[in-house]
Amino acid sequence: MTAIPQKTSQALANRSIGSRLSGLLTQESVLALALVIISFAVTIVNPNFLAARNISDILSNSSYIAIAAIGMSLVIISGNIDISIGSLIGLLATIAGRLAIGAEAGGYPEIFAFIIPIVVGVASGALIGFFVAYLHVPAIVVSLGMLSVLKGGLILWTGGEWIYNLPEWFKFAQQRPLGIPAPVYLMISLTIIGAIWMKYSATGRAIYAVGGNREAARLSGISEKRIIMTVFMINGFMVSIAALLFATQFNAIQSTVPSGLELLVITSAVVGGVSILGGTGTVIGSTLGAVLVHVIPAAMIFASISDYWRQAVQGLLILFTVLVDLYRRNQQSYARRK
Amino acid sequence: MQAVKEQPEQQKSRFSETRLGRSLLSQETILLIITIIAITFLATQNERFLTLRNLSREVVLLFEVAVMAMPMTLIIITGGIDLSVGSIFGLSAVVLGFLWQDAGWALEVAIVASLVVGLMCGFLNGIFIVRLGVPPLIMTLATLALFRGMALGVSEARSARGFPEWFTDGIGRGDFLGLPLQVWIIGIAVVITGVVLARTTFGRSLYAMGNNELAARFAGIPVQRYKLVIYVYSGFMASLAAILFTARVTTTRSDMGTGYELDVIAAVVLGGTSIFGGLGTIWGTVLGLILIQVLKNGLLLAGVRGDATSVLIGIVLILAILINNFIQTRFRSV
Repeated sequence: MTAIPQKTSQALANRSIGSRLSGLLTQESVLALALVIISFAVTIVNPNFLAARNISDILSNSSYIAIAAIGMSLVIISGNIDISIGSLIGLLATIAGRLAIGAEAGGYPEIFAFIIPIVVGVASGALIGFFVAYLHVPAIVVSLGMLSVLKGGLILWTGGEWIYNLPEWFKFAQQRPLGIPAPVYLMISLTIIGAIWMKYSATGRAIYAVGGNREAARLSGISEKRIIMTVFMINGFMVSIAALLFATQFNAIQSTVPSGLELLVITSAVVGGVSILGGTGTVIGSTLGAVLVHVIPAAMIFASISDYWRQAVQGLLILFTVLVDLYRRNQQSYARRK
Repeated sequence: MQAVKEQPEQQKSRFSETRLGRSLLSQETILLIITIIAITFLATQNERFLTLRNLSREVVLLFEVAVMAMPMTLIIITGGIDLSVGSIFGLSAVVLGFLWQDAGWALEVAIVASLVVGLMCGFLNGIFIVRLGVPPLIMTLATLALFRGMALGVSEARSARGFPEWFTDGIGRGDFLGLPLQVWIIGIAVVITGVVLARTTFGRSLYAMGNNELAARFAGIPVQRYKLVIYVYSGFMASLAAILFTARVTTTRSDMGTGYELDVIAAVVLGGTSIFGGLGTIWGTVLGLILIQVLKNGLLLAGVRGDATSVLIGIVLILAILINNFIQTRFRSV
């Protein structure tokens, strides 16, 4: 009789050790470890890799992708996807650039060049959210349509011209307060705010609930439609911040859609451990994912690997992290079943 | 009171349950009507539109997307997706150019090798999806980057040109019985894929897998083998499209086929195949392809720049799904 409770308590103890171990093996810690290992390996080959200037360049280049990936993570966690964000970034960057030149010529305050793109971005997110939440069109179809509309619309509007002569006050992303590029501050603060909000706010938890089991979420009193609207509007906001960084990083803007951005952002989120099936993932993971996706090509340059093979290595990396993630999840569900 | 109230609703649902009702209310019918209106309009605007010569030229223009849309329809019906077709297209083209120009292989052998590369790419997608359970969206997203990267790596951004005449003029711009070769190939592909999907155990099993994979497995359908087959088919067709495209444009570049995956998926979804799986026909996909090409052509005739078609296709895509959703919920769910 007494043997049974003993066994149970032993099993409980075993499981808690097991779950503590698998708790250490989160996607975030795996990513952080991968970042450290890669940096270490490349530094042995080429010590210049760890120079402060290089690190801050890598972080700065990855920050607009990381910020867009925060919004994308929320969308994917809620069980949806948005493949239109590359086109939206192109459109918003163009709007910002044209407004900046208009503001310089006089007529309206400079702040409009930043505010209006954000308003347009959030409105565009709200439109997608409305189609998905209220008209029940699958997100991949709405955003595919949106991609087509924005891409064609942008070229019709601008003819793909470059925007030159941007005023100095506009080049926000090139500033370096305390020696650190401005985009890095934005990336870090938005990641922290996003992580805390997703972990502790009711809406944040509701996003996980909707993505995990839509029907269960609805039955427990969560307004699934409102959550999906919110998620897409936040995504629109994050995309507009990303677009502003994208627009202000160089001295000119090409008013076409930068190709493959949406895939880079989705890759960052997925490498960061956001499950494409919805319901799991973190904002910190997606930001680490975005940094990793940028560290690899930079590391390859420093390790003198041919630039032509950069993208192939990036593809292998995605495949590898996805496999590690799958393996980890299988182990965990196996441990839970035991 | 109650019975009287219910009657009209019952009639409505009965109408939609009849064969005629079901086919009248399908997305294919709506598409067919839109397409006929668009074609009639174009024919009145330009008397040369409805000539055999012009129509076969249009088919040649939509050839690549149409060929890849065949396996994509099957894949989406099973609830999967293949984002890597554009990259397989690019890699096959580059391999063809590389083996022929840099490695000095005979062009015939290089063509076969390029097809094998396509098959292997599809096999890689399929085997990871069925054996390791990687979601198709993720797997093909990864291989989209991987295959494009390999194309870049193999070609080192150089292009191959100067293909022999039998390849460029004979295959790329060649006629067979008065029609371009592409028309014959796409015709054969449509008929075979359509018949296999609609009339064979294999085809019907794909619908079962898309509706409920677990149930399909319990019903004794070899789910894993069937899935592997359709992803391999997808790789093969992407490769075939790439070879004919290379023959037509007489050069290979590593960025060929970029973004094709979205054009292909748009045509399939516009054709009424549900992105959630379990629903769709080859007939619908063909209509989707025709409608997109007709819209492009119509706007060109109307003097609108080519970029506007992208806007219109996006709007038509969303509207078609909306109208279909509306009809389904209005007449079916009762």
